[in-house]
Amino acid sequence: MIDVIHFIQTKFYYLVVIFLMMIGLYTTIASRNLIKKVIGINIFQISVFLFYIAMAKVKHGTAPILWDKAVIYDNPLPHVLILTAIVVSVSTTAVALALIINIYKEYETIEEDSILAKQELDEEESILAKQKLDIDRSNMA
Amino acid sequence: MIEYRIPNNEYRISNIELFPLFDVLYSSFNFKGQLALETVYSSIPFFVIFVPLCAVALILIFSNRPNLRESWTILASLTKFGLIVSMLPTILDGKVIECAIVTVLPGLDIKFKIDALGIFFALTASFLWILTSFYSIGYVRTLNEHAQTRYFICFAVAISATMGVAFSANMFTTYLFYEMITFSTYALVAHKETPEARSGAKVYFVFLFGTSVAFLLSAIFLTYYATGTLDFSNQGIFNDARGKGLSDIFLIVVFGLFIAGTSKAAMMPFHAWLPRAMVAPTPVSAFLHAVAVVKSGIFVVVKIVLHLFGINLLNELRLGIVLAYCASFTMIVSSLIALRQDNLKARLAYSTVAQLSYVIFGVALLTPSGITGSIMHIVIHAFGKITLFFCAGAIYAVTHKTKISELDGIGRKMPFTMIAFSLASLSIIGIPPLGGFISKWYLAMGVIEAGEIPIIAVLIISSILNACYFIPIVYKAFFKELPPGETAERNEAPAIMVVPLALTATGTLLLFFVPSLFLDLAKMVVANLN
Amino acid sequence: MKFIQELPVLIIVIPLIFAVIIPLVGRLNRLLPWIIASTITFFCFLISISLLITVLDTGRISYWLGGWEPPWGIEYAIDYLNAFVLVVVSFIAFIVSLYSRRSVELEINKNKISAFYCIYMLFITGLMGIVITGDIFNIYVFLEISSLAGYGLIAIGRKREALVASYNYLILGTIAATFILIGIGYIYMATGTLNIADLQERLPALFHSKMVLVALAFFTVGLSLKLALFPLHAWLPGAYTHAPSVVSCIMAATATKVGVYAMLRIIFGVFRIEFDIHFIPIANILIVVSSMAIIAGSALAIAQTNLKRMLAYSSIGQIGYIVLGAVLANQIAMTGSIIHILNHALMKGALFMVVGCIIYKTGIEDISGLRGMGKKMPFTMAVFTVAGLSMMGVPLTVGFVSKWYIAIGALNAGMGYLIPVIITGSLLAAVYVWRIIVNIYFPEELPKHELQYTDGGAEITDHKSQYSEAPWSMLGPTIALAVLCIYFGISATAPLYIAEKAAVMLLQ
Repeated sequence: MIDVIHFIQTKFYYLVVIFLMMIGLYTTIASRNLIKKVIGINIFQISVFLFYIAMAKVKHGTAPILWDKAVIYDNPLPHVLILTAIVVSVSTTAVALALIINIYKEYETIEEDSILAKQELDEEESILAKQKLDIDRSNMA
Repeated sequence: MIEYRIPNNEYRISNIELFPLFDVLYSSFNFKGQLALETVYSSIPFFVIFVPLCAVALILIFSNRPNLRESWTILASLTKFGLIVSMLPTILDGKVIECAIVTVLPGLDIKFKIDALGIFFALTASFLWILTSFYSIGYVRTLNEHAQTRYFICFAVAISATMGVAFSANMFTTYLFYEMITFSTYALVAHKETPEARSGAKVYFVFLFGTSVAFLLSAIFLTYYATGTLDFSNQGIFNDARGKGLSDIFLIVVFGLFIAGTSKAAMMPFHAWLPRAMVAPTPVSAFLHAVAVVKSGIFVVVKIVLHLFGINLLNELRLGIVLAYCASFTMIVSSLIALRQDNLKARLAYSTVAQLSYVIFGVALLTPSGITGSIMHIVIHAFGKITLFFCAGAIYAVTHKTKISELDGIGRKMPFTMIAFSLASLSIIGIPPLGGFISKWYLAMGVIEAGEIPIIAVLIISSILNACYFIPIVYKAFFKELPPGETAERNEAPAIMVVPLALTATGTLLLFFVPSLFLDLAKMVVANLN
Repeated sequence: MKFIQELPVLIIVIPLIFAVIIPLVGRLNRLLPWIIASTITFFCFLISISLLITVLDTGRISYWLGGWEPPWGIEYAIDYLNAFVLVVVSFIAFIVSLYSRRSVELEINKNKISAFYCIYMLFITGLMGIVITGDIFNIYVFLEISSLAGYGLIAIGRKREALVASYNYLILGTIAATFILIGIGYIYMATGTLNIADLQERLPALFHSKMVLVALAFFTVGLSLKLALFPLHAWLPGAYTHAPSVVSCIMAATATKVGVYAMLRIIFGVFRIEFDIHFIPIANILIVVSSMAIIAGSALAIAQTNLKRMLAYSSIGQIGYIVLGAVLANQIAMTGSIIHILNHALMKGALFMVVGCIIYKTGIEDISGLRGMGKKMPFTMAVFTVAGLSMMGVPLTVGFVSKWYIAIGALNAGMGYLIPVIITGSLLAAVYVWRIIVNIYFPEELPKHELQYTDGGAEITDHKSQYSEAPWSMLGPTIALAVLCIYFGISATAPLYIAEKAAVMLLQ
């Protein structure tokens, strides 16, 4: 029991990361709404950012800024990496939202189920149209 | 005369030479029984393959002018035959011609090596191509076939690929041209574009391509993996590589894969494509499905037995006799099926299935006479069967009859055609003085040499069956009354069709009286195995 | 001399800069974006060739970005493997951009054409970046550049299904990228370095660490998603089917190949094969998965009626071949796998270009619509036949070369039971390709007033259609790829030489 408490005490930030990660991944998979999926992806990515930040922390370290009193600095490299990753994440979100706007324009919905239904309808229509045309043509002939 | 050793026994071909009478005739080329040690490098083999491909381009360019287009086919066939004949003296001198084209990847070369066996096959095929070209022209024009350009192009590619198989120096080249034959003849089988032709072509493709990829290619992979080479050797690749500790099971599996992979040889149960392929125009059936395609399959089997595994190894594993029994089964069963066919081409097709197994049978005996006989059977059956198909095509072109039951009294209308038909069928039955007797004689000797006397019965039964399905046709043609409403007026096919079939029929006769050239080559093959 | 030394960075920077310039000048002239794209990709091709020659002459090139010494700075490391892949990518990019003009004009709205070329350049930049960089985090960044550009490219067409396909790809692609990011995090935690060469040195000492194990797991799943390895292929068919033909072409020919490159680099370049032998049988797992990919991809391809979708599934099967060759982890199979990166790029590129030509001329995407097309578009169909035979692995085409190596490699690895898998893949490919070839050249007889419908309105076309070939600007590149399919099938020694060196390097 004590072990468990100790584990939670020392590793709680990783637990947070895992918690967020699962929420994000679950939302992405389970949600049928396009925007909610994007939100899920964002949470998922943010959990990874936190993971990087957490691992950059050095015990008793200070922020990685040159400072007379500092003995140990935190590792600055993951922070830098995460800056890049955040940029990537933001642009992914932007592209995703742009796509969603266009999907909404075309299908007038952002629910996956109704989009799929409309796609099926499209296919049926095109087949029907072909058949109808076929009949017309053969009548003509 | 020629010494030939296998582990326990010693045979001398001279001891079993049963034609002293014709020995004088045989020795016109005076074969001395040397071994092929010397290698000559020459680019002629390349041109042999290349000439038909040139013809393809020219046929395509002149596709709108039929006479000019056909003249290219004829020219190519003559040039090709000339080139092959020009190599003959070198081969008969006991030398080997080599020609390396390109290295595809390390260990895989496209390379040609012409030995006695290769030139034997090439000579047969290229000579018959000349006759077939004339016959084809007559046939497609009489029947006014569509897509003639495509027809001649595919024909030329197929013959080029056949030469490739004949000349290949390694299994990779063989496989390459083997596939090329499949693809080019597919178009010929599907030529009519009717649903029937399409489904026939589908079966054709599934059998030929399917088995060659599934089994032949796997076997080639295994061969290369186990031995590190694919180059044919006189003693057999696996025989040379016995030091590498290959297990018997492995060898048996690979051998099985190889035999299953060469479904062009139409051994049962991989024969179904051949009768279905008869939807093709008759010259295609005549040349490709009696000579080029099926014989290249047979040729590959012979190569596999002689140069891939080697006689010694197969003897040790007792695989030869297993193969011989498989071939015997095919011989008997397909002859029985042939009896029940009313469609003339279908009957010929099943007869081909049976006859091809003779070749495999002879090689599988692994004895000098057996091998000689089976190699002789390649050319003898080619002449006989091509005549039969030519006749069937001539009958179809003139009367549009395809069924045997409709052939009553046809001999009176088309005497030349039917006389040729009779000669060819007698040759295939094996009645002297026709070529078929020679090969059957040697095959029978081979059985005795191998000490497997029981299977001589197979040869006898099969010959009787052959007679059973050919003689009635001849009888009907000459001795039955014409059906009412038809007059006995002479009505032969055009000369361009009759002359080739008369020539091939004469060929079956000549092969009995002067087989010296082919027999010498066949003996050289045997001699070179040492 | 100075200029030559800067080549590794120029190949990234030049297309990046011109990606920004294209939309600016795109307003001046309608043709300018295409001209710039073609010229720049051609330059990239030249640079990659010169890099390849340098690598062959002098060995590994190490370029320090901004002069910072690795492992602190970012390093562009070019060895046999990435020089080879770089040439493939830049060549395909060049050929496709040559081809693209007419097809893009047809399939993409006029006002989006300069945007298309801008994203196209970004896409190429990303791909070449993944290949050239020697820094594992850089791989992630470039992966995201190319992926984001890829989402845009797929969605840029006129079809509304493309938007949904692109969105699905985006979700899965982002999950994959994030997995890779997690993998990078773990591996950085374990070693404290991001440089691939450095990682390769430090990791063996840490193989027992759970962190390394977790990192490998995340990398494998993430990369498999990116390269559409069989059970994780869900995004690929939709994306290839609904994207404009040029986009399907470039993505099929390069994007998945670069994914495979990344996988090779990380599994063999970073983790090494000893890790697999001693700690976790990742190779055995991938052998099973990729065998499934070969069979399932090809089998699913048979069931398709849409030409592009069929090619997409066939891609999944072919990716299976590449991965299978790689994870057999012996020199011959690895050579086969690396050479298949080139070979598959050539044949799948040619096939998608053919589809583009057909769509340009007739609007047909259905397989049944190809009936009797052999008379109408003889050259296009000849290319289809050549590339199709190559897919079947017929000798004298590139397909045979790679299959030969992978099969012999499987035997050498003592896994003869993989031969049936490889052969079955070939046979299934024969089914879906040959069916079409027959339909092209030996069309079934149909009633006289047979109709064919095109997307641009139904028109009555006769069974014996008139000659009506695609424009030469499209036909030229298509034929070029087909010719290369045959050339490298007949004489594969040159690419094999490089592939073999790369294989030796990866397995050392």
